[in-house]
Amino acid sequence: MNQTVGQPDSGGHFGEFGGMYAGETLMTALLQLKDEFEHFRRKPEFKSELTRLFQTYAGRPTPLYHARNTSKMLGGAKIYLKREDLTHTGAHKINNTIGQALLAHFSGKRKLIAETGAGQHGVATATAAALFRMECSVFMGVKDIERQAPNVKRMELLGARVVPVDSGTGTLKDAMNEAMRYWTGTVEDTFYVIGSVAGPHPYPLMVREFQKIIGEEAKEQILDAENKPPDLLVACVGGGSNAMGLFYPFLEDPVEMAGAEAAGQGVESGKHAATLGEGAKGVLHGSKSYVLQDDCGQIQEAHSISAGLDYPGVGPEHAFLKDSMRVTYTSVTDDEALQAFQILCENEGIIPALESSHALSLGFEKAKTMPGDAVVIINLSGRGDKDLGTVFNYIQPKGANHRDTD
Amino acid sequence: MTPIERKFRELKEKQEKALVGFVSAGDPDMDKSFDLLCAMIESGLDVLELGIPFSDPTADGPVIQRSSMRALKNGVTISKVLDMTQRLKASYDIPIILFTYYNLIFRFPSADFYERSVEAGADGVLVVDLPVEESDELTCYFKNGDFCLIHLIAPTTDENRMKMIAEKGSGFLYLISMTGVTGGKGLETGLTAEKAKMLKKHTRLPVCTGFGISTPEHVREVAAFSDGVVIGSAFEKTIEENADSADLAGIIARQTRSFKQATRKGG
Repeated sequence: MNQTVGQPDSGGHFGEFGGMYAGETLMTALLQLKDEFEHFRRKPEFKSELTRLFQTYAGRPTPLYHARNTSKMLGGAKIYLKREDLTHTGAHKINNTIGQALLAHFSGKRKLIAETGAGQHGVATATAAALFRMECSVFMGVKDIERQAPNVKRMELLGARVVPVDSGTGTLKDAMNEAMRYWTGTVEDTFYVIGSVAGPHPYPLMVREFQKIIGEEAKEQILDAENKPPDLLVACVGGGSNAMGLFYPFLEDPVEMAGAEAAGQGVESGKHAATLGEGAKGVLHGSKSYVLQDDCGQIQEAHSISAGLDYPGVGPEHAFLKDSMRVTYTSVTDDEALQAFQILCENEGIIPALESSHALSLGFEKAKTMPGDAVVIINLSGRGDKDLGTVFNYIQPKGANHRDTD
Repeated sequence: MTPIERKFRELKEKQEKALVGFVSAGDPDMDKSFDLLCAMIESGLDVLELGIPFSDPTADGPVIQRSSMRALKNGVTISKVLDMTQRLKASYDIPIILFTYYNLIFRFPSADFYERSVEAGADGVLVVDLPVEESDELTCYFKNGDFCLIHLIAPTTDENRMKMIAEKGSGFLYLISMTGVTGGKGLETGLTAEKAKMLKKHTRLPVCTGFGISTPEHVREVAAFSDGVVIGSAFEKTIEENADSADLAGIIARQTRSFKQATRKGG
């Protein structure tokens, strides 16, 4: 297939992946969304309003920070962190929800729905809904409601209704199933804000479009700082939106790219979320991609310490980038992510999200093997405050020793 | 003439509409499932939609979700559903349409799915999440016109799109009678009647209507403007509530007869 890297066909296919595998009831809305997105993304008033909100509300541009202590400690390449953790609400998710809520606003829809796993996308959607004074319902698995309780409270403070989903495994995949069911019944007046580069066309393209600001900023920032392009980009991949956001503006450049999937308790344990590494081609939630599934095509449960990576699917463009070998995907275990989490806390004074800690782990390993003048950019996609409960179940922080001896 | 064409012609001669029943294969278990299907067919079911359960049925409401989960727990696979199809076809002259989500077929994979389905005697398949935009990748394996892909038309489908779907249609067309998932409330009879009229301008295929139809009264209303009426969640609910009853087959037979009666002129 002679397709330009990065541009899907009109039906949203990235090579053999992507497409629109949705029920007929949703098709008209998806085709309309595609048209509205194509129409408004080019309008100066849409673009200028998006830029204004990115700058004055979301806190963009985010810094590109040279992590000197960690780089020195590891003894390899210079490590830069793209600080998406410093955006409003604390993760890159806000870029996308502002974009989609603005599109809903321009196309006259007043009700937003979203699915959420870790709760970051739910919070970001509830935030955008409050900003645009829209109604908002967020579907969340009961298991995630339990392990991400602070985010549930945040959504409620922001005026959103959190809808518990107890079907299936009570995690992100089931939340997405339920959001799609709800949308099937309300499609005429409701805008579904999908949180990743997954779902049927035009979502993978649209979400990438709203997230590409990450890579566009990083590209300029690294030239200012180093006077040369980076050698390597690293990002974590659950659905894959922060990774597409960083990678996309560099796809045609001679830059190596690496995605970190969640290996959970190790891929050999069967308890992981390494969809690209261990999954098979399939169709889930509206697009063709790699999917964790059994031999009969039933979807399998994903496992990760990080709720945001705990998903048995992955965005179709990542499947395309994997098969075309443009990007390499490696999986990182819960333990490895926790080690990287601790390194960043103790060496840089930054508490990263567990999702982003997977990217940090892979980035650190690669940086070690690279020469001192090489430059690595790791996407620090979110902050880790939400994960403290989880983290303290697993590790004994250094500071806790001081507390004992004080 | 295909079995589907023959069935709709016979019904027309009798001035009846088709009673189409959806049942998840293997619920509450394989044996009971087979027995209750036999009972339904013997009680007047005209077309059987046999559900192959999927772990993530995004177009289905709670009733069919639960029936799918029970069937999956019983180890139901495409192969087992095809065996069941073959056994039913050995005893009954009834069109059987398989009903599922695309990932299962894609994984089987598609070419084998077609061949094995035809071998088993199935007459077609309805794939909930395979719209016309993507359906060529499945129908390209269909040869000889002996197996059809049943297409859906929704309340949200406009006339242009309807035309496009009708052109690709085969067997019959499935008109969705409410905006929502299966088994919901809010059957829109008036709007659906208008849709059916519009659709009839673009197709000579039979039009069967379903979603949210749960009483004989609904069946009568819908039969007035359709060639067939599809019942799914209402049957599944009966199966769920009477799963442990020794008379499950008898109960579902009585329900089938009352729905069938409502498809008859003056019924």
